[in-house]
Amino acid sequence: MAWTGNVLRVNLTERTCSKEPLNKDWALSYLGQRGLATKYLTEEIDPKIDALSPDNKLIMATGPLTGTPASTAGRYSVITKSPLTGTVACSNSGGFIGMEFKNAGWDMIIFEGKASSPVYLYLENEKAQLLPADEIWGQSVWQADEWLHNRHQDPLLRIAAVGRSAEQGCLFSGIINDLHRTAGRSGVGTVMASKNLKAVAVRGTRGVGNIKDPVAFMQAVNAGKKVLAEGPVTAEGLPTYGTQVLMNVINEVGAMPTRNFKDVQFEGAAKISAEAMHEPRPSDGKPNLVTNAACFGCTIACGRISTIAGGHFTITNKPQYRGASGGLEYEAAWALGSDTGVDDLDALTYVNFLCNEDGMDPISLGSTIAAAMELYESGAITIEQTGGIELKFGSAEALVKLTELTAKGEGFGREIGLGSKRLCEKYGRPELSMTVKGQEFPAYDPRGIQGMGLAYATSNRGACHLRGYTVSSEIMGLPEKTDPLITDGKAALVKAFQDATAAVDSAGLCVFSTFSWTMADIAPQIAAACDGDWTVDSLLETGERIWNLERKFNLDAGLTGADDNLPERLLKEAAKTGPAKGKVNDLAKMLPEYYQLRGWTADGIPKAETLSRLSV
Amino acid sequence: MLKSLQIEPEKCTGCLQCELACSYHHEGVFNPSKSRIKVFTFHHEGRFAPYTCTQCAEAWCLHTCPVEAITVNLTTGAKEVAVEQCVGCKVCTIACPFGTINYQVETGKVAKCDLCGGDPECAKACPTSAITYVDAEQTGYQRMRAHAAQSIKSL
Repeated sequence: MAWTGNVLRVNLTERTCSKEPLNKDWALSYLGQRGLATKYLTEEIDPKIDALSPDNKLIMATGPLTGTPASTAGRYSVITKSPLTGTVACSNSGGFIGMEFKNAGWDMIIFEGKASSPVYLYLENEKAQLLPADEIWGQSVWQADEWLHNRHQDPLLRIAAVGRSAEQGCLFSGIINDLHRTAGRSGVGTVMASKNLKAVAVRGTRGVGNIKDPVAFMQAVNAGKKVLAEGPVTAEGLPTYGTQVLMNVINEVGAMPTRNFKDVQFEGAAKISAEAMHEPRPSDGKPNLVTNAACFGCTIACGRISTIAGGHFTITNKPQYRGASGGLEYEAAWALGSDTGVDDLDALTYVNFLCNEDGMDPISLGSTIAAAMELYESGAITIEQTGGIELKFGSAEALVKLTELTAKGEGFGREIGLGSKRLCEKYGRPELSMTVKGQEFPAYDPRGIQGMGLAYATSNRGACHLRGYTVSSEIMGLPEKTDPLITDGKAALVKAFQDATAAVDSAGLCVFSTFSWTMADIAPQIAAACDGDWTVDSLLETGERIWNLERKFNLDAGLTGADDNLPERLLKEAAKTGPAKGKVNDLAKMLPEYYQLRGWTADGIPKAETLSRLSV
Repeated sequence: MLKSLQIEPEKCTGCLQCELACSYHHEGVFNPSKSRIKVFTFHHEGRFAPYTCTQCAEAWCLHTCPVEAITVNLTTGAKEVAVEQCVGCKVCTIACPFGTINYQVETGKVAKCDLCGGDPECAKACPTSAITYVDAEQTGYQRMRAHAAQSIKSL
């Protein structure tokens, strides 16, 4: 129960859509969304395939709680093999389309093959059709969204689409839904575009029911909402400031990667912070932030809706960017701002709009531009190669120009679209790429937050903060405070966060709920909704099972323990300022203990007894 | 005391908890498309607006119904649809100036807000108090109070 029990299989090569029953045994072992779809993926594709070949599959999956009033349960994920990292990719998005899939009666949609010409999937409850998308191929997500709403004369359609960057092969393109929500990381949009699939338009009116014990469920849901309404981060910090609440905090603790991780504190942080987004600006007396906004069913509402100051150079003669749209989250503000040294809030907001309009992951985009800036300043890239762009740290003009080019796959933007690893390799300076397994780092310097170094090195999708967010413990003291500058106990902490997060994702919940919820708040909601025996322990074991399944996929794809590493800069160049001054990341002190706690060999391979214990 | 739903759009975050609560109460499933209260998103303005029946005193839906399927609940003041009486002619949906009474294909009847018998689920589910259930004669109370607070600042 709570699952709809239906899977939609869309064969793009044959242009067929067929319904099949959900594998309930797998659902009871892997819960839903991230875990369950990864199970499907590992059973259906050879991990060694080329991620951009028709042999790859792309799964859009909801969790059992998606579409219910459990707070934050509006999420869906896209699971596929990543073209950026060669690992399993699982990119999670909020907004409303996950709920709509569920209301249309589907737990997941599996796309396979490749269409011979551009198509989109139109889904109205049971009715699934592949329709021609030639008219919107070559258009931005925002243009495609408008066209689809007009074509179907249905303002209630929910749409997920890829932008021009994905069509042009940018390796970090995401899938945008509801105009400004993104399954952002690891190039899942690039895979979608490689299949000639431009968009999914869905309308569901069947409702989400099938709750195992509705009375117990509503009690658990209401209790959960109350906890979120009383927790300081979920009740105050996130609604008021969004994730940007972290900008000044992380800068103060000296863990704000700046100018491609050359520095760990950014002198311009205050100018691009949450507080700055609240300040009335000189041009029109209005703040950057218009309002906060919720994803479906979320009682936190951390989303930002922003405008760009009238008269700012980015929107001269561009009236289409003068309205409000999705504003800066911390990760985007950091990657596009601190990491490139740009402190112009309006320029960052504009670039963020472009990331939404054409489906680029702002973390990878900002980080790759930052790497390009260092390549340029060190002479590895010349102004002839950039097409005349002066790629200097701190240049808002360069950031804006390169983003516009990358969005359309033009000029030097095509090279930015390769991502930091391939770009730095191409220009002979691989050590300047701040990546793990080919994916760019997010906004926490592991010299100042030791546990994050291990979390990045071992993340199953390459560098990522959402696989094990030990920042919560090391900086915010949730659920309990640990010292960010020491390595003791971090192996266990990382493992605990990784396992819990895999379970939270797989339920269809948002990981931000865990700033107030513990697994003891989450388990009763899942247990009341779903068949099976869902307790704190069984959820953590499920998370561990998922983690090992993802790991196994990556090893089968050809990765090894040697890929659980960090760039030399973080291991050898000490932080220059702040509380972490003089520190590097001590990954080597944490990794062997982590492998041991995981039940893996010294080479990072899950032991047979571990896989057997978890029934992987 | 007669009460009214009071909606303050500036507090709404667009989460749709109200739509879930409404549809669950009335239909037994979580289904925004069946909700009698709707949240409208004005993306480029960055605004959200919940909207539902205001329970007009002179209710046009009630007056226009040819089979007298819409009646006043004297306790709550809600204009309620007697489902067994409704013939699905949809005249009320044309008469309502606000669009807040709508036809349901599955049942062949119309549906509208009935204030949940005096304990509206949408108000209870709203996390930001954008929807509250207040004294029908004092719906302006909070707004008046806010303006009063403004005025004492200049004293």
